[in-house]
Amino acid sequence: MTTVNDHKPVGHGRMLRKEDPRFVRGRGRYVDDVQLPGMLHLAILRSPVAHARIVSIDTSAAEAHPKVKAVVTGAALAEKGLAWMPTLSNDVQAVLATDKVRFQGQEVAFVVAEDHYSARDALELIDVEYDMLTPVVNARTALAEGSPVIRDDLEGKADNHVFDWETGDEAATEAVFARADVVVTEDIVYPRVHPAPMETCGAVADFDSVEGRLTLWSTTQAPHAHRTLYAMVAGLPEHKIRVISPDIGGGFGNKVPIYPGYVCAIVASLVIGKPVKWMEDRSENLVSTGFARDYIMRGEIAATREGRILGIRTNVLADHGAFNAQAAPTKYPAGFFGVFTGSYDIEAAYAKMTAVYTNKAPGGVAYACSFRITEAVYLVERIVDCLAHELEMDPVELRSRNLIRPEQFPYTTKTGWVYDSGDYEPTLREAVRIAGYEELRKEQADKRARGELMGIGVSFFTEAVGAGPRKDMDILGLGMADGCELRVHPTGKAVVRLSVQSQGQGHETTFAQIVAEEIGIPPDDIDVVHGDTDNTPFGLGTYGSRSTPVSGAAAAVVARKVRDKARIIASGMLEVSVADLEWTKGAFSVRGDPERSVTIQEIALRAHGAGDLPEGIEGGLEAQVCYNPENLTYPHGAYICVVDVDPGTAQVKVRRFVAVDDCGTRINPMIIEGQVHGGLTDGVGMALMEMISFDEDGNCLGGSFMDYLLPTALEVPDWETGYTVTPSPHHPIGAKGVGESATVGSPPAVVNAVVDALKPFGVRHADMPLTPSRVWDAMNGRAEPSF
Amino acid sequence: MRVTMTVNGEEVTKEIESRLLLVHFVRDHLGLTGTHWGCDTSNCGTCVLWMDGEPVKSCTVLAAMAGGKEVRTVEGLATDGELDPVQRGFMECHGLQCGFCTPGMMMTARALLDRNPDPSEDEVREAISGQICRCTGYATIVRSVRWAAEHEAAEKAAACPARPECGAASDGAEEGVR
Amino acid sequence: MQVPAPFEYERATSVDHAIGLLDRLGESARLVAGGHSLLPMMKLRLTDLEYLIDINELHGELGYVRVEGDEVRVGAMTRHRELLESDVLAGVFPVFREAERVIADPVVRNRGTLGGSLCQADPSEDLSAVCGALDAVCVVRGPRGERLVPMVEFHRGPYETALGQGEMLVEVRFPVRPGGVSAFEKVERRAGDWAVASAAAAVWLDGGTITHARVGLAAVGSGTVRVEGITEALSGQRPSEELYTRAGRIAARSCDPATDSRGSAEYKRHLAEELTRRTLRRAVAGTGKA
Repeated sequence: MTTVNDHKPVGHGRMLRKEDPRFVRGRGRYVDDVQLPGMLHLAILRSPVAHARIVSIDTSAAEAHPKVKAVVTGAALAEKGLAWMPTLSNDVQAVLATDKVRFQGQEVAFVVAEDHYSARDALELIDVEYDMLTPVVNARTALAEGSPVIRDDLEGKADNHVFDWETGDEAATEAVFARADVVVTEDIVYPRVHPAPMETCGAVADFDSVEGRLTLWSTTQAPHAHRTLYAMVAGLPEHKIRVISPDIGGGFGNKVPIYPGYVCAIVASLVIGKPVKWMEDRSENLVSTGFARDYIMRGEIAATREGRILGIRTNVLADHGAFNAQAAPTKYPAGFFGVFTGSYDIEAAYAKMTAVYTNKAPGGVAYACSFRITEAVYLVERIVDCLAHELEMDPVELRSRNLIRPEQFPYTTKTGWVYDSGDYEPTLREAVRIAGYEELRKEQADKRARGELMGIGVSFFTEAVGAGPRKDMDILGLGMADGCELRVHPTGKAVVRLSVQSQGQGHETTFAQIVAEEIGIPPDDIDVVHGDTDNTPFGLGTYGSRSTPVSGAAAAVVARKVRDKARIIASGMLEVSVADLEWTKGAFSVRGDPERSVTIQEIALRAHGAGDLPEGIEGGLEAQVCYNPENLTYPHGAYICVVDVDPGTAQVKVRRFVAVDDCGTRINPMIIEGQVHGGLTDGVGMALMEMISFDEDGNCLGGSFMDYLLPTALEVPDWETGYTVTPSPHHPIGAKGVGESATVGSPPAVVNAVVDALKPFGVRHADMPLTPSRVWDAMNGRAEPSF
Repeated sequence: MRVTMTVNGEEVTKEIESRLLLVHFVRDHLGLTGTHWGCDTSNCGTCVLWMDGEPVKSCTVLAAMAGGKEVRTVEGLATDGELDPVQRGFMECHGLQCGFCTPGMMMTARALLDRNPDPSEDEVREAISGQICRCTGYATIVRSVRWAAEHEAAEKAAACPARPECGAASDGAEEGVR
Repeated sequence: MQVPAPFEYERATSVDHAIGLLDRLGESARLVAGGHSLLPMMKLRLTDLEYLIDINELHGELGYVRVEGDEVRVGAMTRHRELLESDVLAGVFPVFREAERVIADPVVRNRGTLGGSLCQADPSEDLSAVCGALDAVCVVRGPRGERLVPMVEFHRGPYETALGQGEMLVEVRFPVRPGGVSAFEKVERRAGDWAVASAAAAVWLDGGTITHARVGLAAVGSGTVRVEGITEALSGQRPSEELYTRAGRIAARSCDPATDSRGSAEYKRHLAEELTRRTLRRAVAGTGKA
């Protein structure tokens, strides 16, 4: 048998993943795999209704269950001051409902029992009396006169308004719209969807009452931030809290927020003094944890007859659910939606947004959205296609005429974002080349003549990832910087400790490669430690494609710091001045005399050895940094999707998908390709089948995998990927984030393709998800989906 | 009730509740946590293991129903410490990211190759169509299974040791040291 | 995850044993075969059964596809995968293989059975439409012996069958008549999902003239396992597009779909017509995928 790592690089390049040997043996260790002696099991009773006052809760029968250790209600938590917790958006959210339930699936009580089955049994024994209230289900009427006030827990709250937000120049935008040849307006809904990682959320809390120490294994993408928040909520000193995020079965933003279940598990362990496990089931995950999107957008675009885009304007109604719990930087209540001007050089732009409470689950920023860039890119790429439709212009040509030109970078958009680097036209051309775009258009023309429905959809996106500069960005006051620590051991092996955490992105490989590239130690000799607050430096975690832009930069910088020290030690070993040393990956040699050299491993031994070191140099070979990014990084990409629509049944088949991504310097192309593939699948899912919808009573209609559909291997094509490389000028190795690019860029490509296929029916827009029934509606001229 | 079955070649007998799901039996009673669960409705396939040689969704089988049967989990996929070609294929072709669906995918892939040693891409996609992966977009899983098929064929034929590259597509040119 | 409430487990070792248990334990007992409908309902605590009778051991006794005289007999415990892979069945009724290809997913098909599918009486279930189109007869056995129930009478309504106390479905019989052709079509939102609508068509021809024709529909309301009036409209006619369209309209008129997240009632009614037309066309053209 061949060894699996025989084509590994020292540094960047395709390298097999270091984490895989444990996963393929079934030896990954996820939260639900944690078994502790004496561990108890927690289950949560949830509200069956969307809006109701709690009249009474009778827990006596559940308490009488022989295997039940505790039954806790909101009233009991309130006595400890723990019934409410802060959200990541400075709102509050009920841990357990005390007064009212505000969405179907809200936490009402919990049971702790000796085993999971008994805990679930006891939930059936709790009797809750509800006084039904009218639910607010439709965001469009949430602010209407007489609408029930959902958040009457907030003092003086008399409506369902969360915030207003605007960006850009309203007057300047009005001016360009007034003089434009063409103005196109379209109502575009990005429906509520759910990240639905395969592993649901859960935690094991283990409180040691003697040491006063809490260890929490939990499904978190941000262990350090969570620890700080637990310290604030539970009143435990932060140094007595250890949060461990072990192997995580996918995150996609679902595991950024703090959920009531985590707090319940902590409270239960604190009170009972034994380890307590809580793992939600799939329905609980879908109905109660962080959803994504739910933006109702009106897009307007102004252009000249020749296809020069002058301005873009949008008005957005944002449905935030019952609590404003979206995970976004403090100054950015609409996330990074401000990049809605996309990849185009335009004269003016303006956006206005109103966010409302509804009787639905809280959340909003999740599902690989890069803080709402999914919505922004969908809006601009859909409205640009609507413009192409009106101008009867090819969508590639229209985009090409308006792309920001390479000499304009760094480019400041009309909403104030500074795009760091980009060379867009070659990326678009590469996608066109791989797709064989001209031939596809010919094939389409032939098919149309025969009555067949084929569509070609194009999207071009610019992402803004790697939050972020601490002058602008924080979450609950915590700056969005990341730490990294590197220790080289005496034998030249190393350990690198990250503040970010992997949910499958392959950090144990990528970060070893980043460090290997900088100090020449083979990646297999570098251990990557992450996901444990006791053993890693502080940082804000992995989401928003920020690991490589922020923590990856930290890893490169810390490695360079170690290398700088190694250089001084080498100068002592070789008895030459530092200036006379040359670095080739893994060794310093004397300039002009390459035979005289020392390897990084020899230097490491010397650094820890007994001999003298150059003056002012301490022993050891290690360093720590906290990296504060200068700017976000702005990856981009061009996508082309080809679909066939059955004219009789309206079923959509994605035949081909071409994705050309530019994420700057590419560390491990295999991992990058994997990230892109996954995001493309998300895009097909959202465009064609995924939706969390509600009936008029506020009942969630997407509460299981029978109803919330995710793509299988049969709905997606064999992805065709390509790349261009435009390094980031401010990132130490020129890398940009890529984890969410495809999720952001692919939905408009799929929708544009379907709408293109329906051109013979005069269709200019249709809302996601484009299920057969909705496509049939569009073909039959129904603007509003009939369900 | 008492249940006896063979798991990864070893006979086990346990006292259980009759309602215990097979997935919980192997995870919680036997400590074989390589088999995961991801839904309650047998839609996601992360819980796939073998019962009497066939992949089944163990969240929808009672442990009692497995009494007297032979169960094989991901922990029983390697033989004598030697990884199965399917396991190697998943590593070689980046067929996994978070690793959560991986055991179920590999168990199904192994069963497919046992019945059809040279499946087409479409046949692989069909075989895994009852299992959801949120990370990979499936293409690399298909490549992984094809890699296993090709290597198994080559190894069975005791042919040349040179290994066909898995279809690394557009990134092939970037392989190796920069 | 969700887990079932407690119950007593019994494993039946023969059909007679199973019937004896059913008879003795009464209404608090349920049979479980593949379990893919029943166990999720038990996890949701939507059932109140006290005894679960596992009949998977009966696969030896009831897992078969046999041609006997002018009938194909299929045992109730025959699993979906066996139905899919049966060349005998595909040779006589291509509709079976076409349907099985799109029922649930391959792993679920390893467990699910013909009997389990029919006894669930879910109006969205595909095999019921197939059985309706093929004029199937259900063999029901109980404490007082065996009786035959035509497929059109086997479902009494949604989730309700003609099975009486202590009875179980043991076999399904399909009459084989010369000149038979058949096909199946399904529209689903995603592989493995329940049908938005599906249709099974069977046509019998004699010298280019239709002698008998049946269409079964799924997911467009209850009582559609065999659409009334199809054979009357088609018999004695030579196949044509006009004829398929006429049958499609009959199908669309005969169903009563509801709007839900799978699609609007109007769309489903359209599919009843479209899929009826397609299955008839493909059946007659002999392009059923055997």
